[in-house]
Amino acid sequence: MTLQATTYLIVGLSFALYIGIAIWARAGSTKEFYVAGGSVHPVLNGMATGADWMSAASFISMAGLISNMGYGGSLFLMGWTGGYVLLAMLLAPYLRKFGKFTVPQFFGTRYYSKAASGTAVACLLMASTTYIIGQMTGVGVAFSRFLGVSSSTGIYIGMAIVFMYAVFGGMKGITYTQVAQYCVLILAYTVPAIFISLHLTGNPIPQLGLGSDLVNSNVALLHKLDLIVQDLGFGKYTTSVPGSTLNMFVYTVSLMIGTAGLPHVIVRFFTVPKVKDARSSAGWALVFIAILYTTAPAVAAMAKMNLLKTVNPTIMAENSDLFAPDAQLVHADRPAWMSRWEVTGLLKFEDKNGDGRIQYYNDKSKNEAFQAKAAAAGWKGSELTVNADIIVLANPEIALLPNWVIALVAAGGLAAALSTAAGLLLAISSAISHDLLKEMFMPDLSEKAELLAGKIAMAFAIVVAGYLGLNPPGFAAGTVALAFGLAASSIFPALMMGIFSKTMNKQGAIAGMLAGIGVTMFYVFAHKGIFFVKGTEFLGVIGGANSFFGITPEAFGAIGACFNFAVAFAVKNMTPAVPQDIANMVEQVRIPRGAKAVDGAH
Amino acid sequence: MVQHDEAAYWKATLALIRNVLIVWFVVSYGFGILLAPMLNNIQLGGYPLGFWFANQGSMYIFVILIFVYAKLMGNIDQKFNVHEE
Repeated sequence: MTLQATTYLIVGLSFALYIGIAIWARAGSTKEFYVAGGSVHPVLNGMATGADWMSAASFISMAGLISNMGYGGSLFLMGWTGGYVLLAMLLAPYLRKFGKFTVPQFFGTRYYSKAASGTAVACLLMASTTYIIGQMTGVGVAFSRFLGVSSSTGIYIGMAIVFMYAVFGGMKGITYTQVAQYCVLILAYTVPAIFISLHLTGNPIPQLGLGSDLVNSNVALLHKLDLIVQDLGFGKYTTSVPGSTLNMFVYTVSLMIGTAGLPHVIVRFFTVPKVKDARSSAGWALVFIAILYTTAPAVAAMAKMNLLKTVNPTIMAENSDLFAPDAQLVHADRPAWMSRWEVTGLLKFEDKNGDGRIQYYNDKSKNEAFQAKAAAAGWKGSELTVNADIIVLANPEIALLPNWVIALVAAGGLAAALSTAAGLLLAISSAISHDLLKEMFMPDLSEKAELLAGKIAMAFAIVVAGYLGLNPPGFAAGTVALAFGLAASSIFPALMMGIFSKTMNKQGAIAGMLAGIGVTMFYVFAHKGIFFVKGTEFLGVIGGANSFFGITPEAFGAIGACFNFAVAFAVKNMTPAVPQDIANMVEQVRIPRGAKAVDGAH
Repeated sequence: MVQHDEAAYWKATLALIRNVLIVWFVVSYGFGILLAPMLNNIQLGGYPLGFWFANQGSMYIFVILIFVYAKLMGNIDQKFNVHEE
């Protein structure tokens, strides 16, 4: 069977599975629609959270980013997992005890005001919408690359599939579909990694392979990789930090608290039966996430090794001379996977010095001795451009794995993109139908009408997300970082204060959220333009790029969160104290006993 | 439950959270970032130790931390008799 036919078969089977599950798990009540009936087993919930959490970016792009950044890429690994420790201890059990459907509902009750829940809805919609644009573009890219259709057609197919299982199944359908999607995506991620690790180091477990010696030698893989990249003028793989250590530190904080503040992750902990389950479910979620996240750095380093070995066939030999005239790969002799990816434009070769060989090195190196050697060898710039996304997608081809593995990676990438899109759409639609419509404007809405409104809101959200995916506002890459910044600077601090401070009042919470999200957006827009419109940057106003201690806009959410806390406590001290019944309620939330089934209808 | 117990329960909870957060901070921000250059002089198999913490170790420890927290928190719930029926 051809690769194309195998891909269609495996992807088609996986879709049939998702839709079958959605039909089996139809939601009949608002409780099933919003929180899957509140009876999901913690292990299953952990798996669903894993699929919900791991997006197209985690699956396709993360290993490539780490591969390019080396040690500095660890900030994604630690940042996107460390937030679960915070979630498990600081938020999940208390929100579960609180027993509502949505995050804004918590704000509305704890801060006893519709303004607070309205502010939370606004922050939630901003964070989720920016996040979903990236997901929808990811869906389009994944479909077009794997199924050979145009990116727009890919987005239409993706919209239709998500529509089918999210609109009919609600949280219940999404939860069980995500469990299936998790199984598909983790299999797709680990199978090629195991083969590659076995091939390079003889150890089938990638996490251990990364720390092992290369096959038939006493040299550790990482040590060899460090030597080679330095020989090619790059920074040492195991130590290079992009930007400053301070920025890496702050960036990691932002990703951690952003993770803990993203509404589509938080709502997953409303679906388990008990407070106790909310704690362990966060642990299970991290177990399932960590299986992929600990494999990723191995994939990253091994793929880099394989790529460099392909381009410079002699590097594994002792005392190989990288600058020798015949040391580099002749372009005409390149392996089949390289020519296949050249067609997509994700891999580009440009013969700058006209010798027909591929020179791939750091032509921006500041090492003068290296630059002199490169010039002496007649190199006129690096000739190979490799898109970070290739690392995961082309891995099975680089390692010469069979067609079914390549097709499995396609199904895995699609599962990752679709599951995250569905989770975000549910967070958006419940904010609209429940928090805006039912709580603020039409309190008399019957359950049946609310369920219908939820489904219409979901359909509407899918159309908007599809439109934005088709016409991305030209900043797809920046959106994910911004979504984390927004969640980190607005939602996380307000949730924390709601649980851990009995005295935080509504004025403080609202002012804090507005200050946090405001200052973060101000800093980001200064760098990337107002609402990312090109030409409207105002770096001059804030004193140049990364003017705040060299902190990059992607990392600024943590600073926004500090503003949030500071403003909230300052305003609290100037405004009336919190009512006694609210203080009593906070005390009750801190105790597990008496947690009832989630009841959003009061 | 009398008022006094409630305060003691919350105090025990916060103490546990503080301890877990200390470990959380030390393995990621401490060993993974701030002290990584120093730890890289030590080898763990084929891994420089600081790089290992940033790339692998901190994540394993995060997982263990959550389950240890869940277990100890369950014990505190039992001790103060506030667990769910």
